[in-house]
Amino acid sequence: MIPQMVAARVVDARGSVCPGPLMALIGAVREQGVGDVIAIYSTDTGSRKDIPLWVNKAGHELVGAFDRGAYTEFVVRKKR
Amino acid sequence: MKRVVILGGGVGGTIVANLLARKVKDADLTLVDRTGKHVYQPGFLYVAFGHMKPERLVRDERTLLHRRVKLVLGEVARVDTRSKEVILKDGDAIPYHYLVIATGAEIVPDGIPGHEAAHQFYSMKGALRLREALSNFAGGRIVVAIGGVPYKCPPAPAEAACLLDYRFAKLGRREKVRIHYLSPLGRVFPIESFSPKVQELFERKGVKYTTFFNVERVDPIAKVVHSLEGESMPFDLLILVPPHRGVAFAKASGFADAGGWIPTDKHTLEVKGHERTIWALGDATDIPISKSGAAAHFEAKVVAKNVAAHLRGEIPTARYGGRVFCFFDAGFRRASALRFDYGHPPPPMAVSRRWYLGKVLMNRLYWTLIPTARV
Repeated sequence: MIPQMVAARVVDARGSVCPGPLMALIGAVREQGVGDVIAIYSTDTGSRKDIPLWVNKAGHELVGAFDRGAYTEFVVRKKR
Repeated sequence: MKRVVILGGGVGGTIVANLLARKVKDADLTLVDRTGKHVYQPGFLYVAFGHMKPERLVRDERTLLHRRVKLVLGEVARVDTRSKEVILKDGDAIPYHYLVIATGAEIVPDGIPGHEAAHQFYSMKGALRLREALSNFAGGRIVVAIGGVPYKCPPAPAEAACLLDYRFAKLGRREKVRIHYLSPLGRVFPIESFSPKVQELFERKGVKYTTFFNVERVDPIAKVVHSLEGESMPFDLLILVPPHRGVAFAKASGFADAGGWIPTDKHTLEVKGHERTIWALGDATDIPISKSGAAAHFEAKVVAKNVAAHLRGEIPTARYGGRVFCFFDAGFRRASALRFDYGHPPPPMAVSRRWYLGKVLMNRLYWTLIPTARV
């Protein structure tokens, strides 16, 4: 479990449907500084595919994707 | 007499006002609009391509409203939900019992550094400037890019790519023009079920595309657009869908999220935290549906029914199921259509002359059929 205090930003995109959670993450990455950790909560199953693909293409780090029961928590570190 | 105030004289607000005027005889109805001009925004794309004249896109809002609806010209500063008043920028206060917010979305071109080098068709000015640029375009690479999600009318940029192909093919100069489409998502079209259809069209037309290209900035000197993902794309002509945000007064009134969108129940269209008093519809809301008049049209009927029920002391029962019906112009006088709701993504429909005629008819009959709530 990644403690929330590590995340510089927590984006709660639960209830938002594709591509909402990915776009919320992209918006947060735009605004945060290099090295910051961003946590995003998503209930949309499409996020499991979209978010890792985008993080990889954009050159950031997917610290992990954690099943939190009713939702998934993605933890991303902005690398550049 | 109960007072209903409707903010916004676009498609959604106008339909709500006209339906209420017909359904409820003893209510005081006021519509507040910034300009008093009703604009058929789907026509901007056609102005840019020279298929429609600008004057066909604008009418006086007064001429579209039922005579019982009072039209107030003014810009909303904020809504005071405690005193139940709409405060205008000139200081006037308009009291309400029920409030309907249909003020749409704002475009924010300067959200992208270097945007001055780009064209857009999300305003009349932008559409006319693009029309001129296309007329003067001798050859090279035209890039169609999206400056942020959400944006109005998800099909529009992909339609623009198809219409570019059509235009230059018709002029006999297609081989001199390269068209490149940059999608912010991992696919070419926002709606997943329809994306393969658009991808197939692009491949057939020789429209190149790059996915996961979120525009970060434009270099106007080098004529290159750079992405957040670290890629860049040179252009000779750039069409950039500007970033969008919700209207400013929603934030000033305390009921907007970070993007300025109004948190709204996706079925009842009541503004969250202000149920039974304030409704929101169309592009202004945060509901998970396309930002387009094609959604606002159906949402407006639900809002009008429920506000009318409150006015009559009845229990409101109408619910919006996410219904949208719109066209996708594929160029060469052919189009496809998208019909969907919350539970049913749009099936990929064939590209045909029939749907193109549907789109042409909509462009012609809009004024007669839609704001008047005849359909």
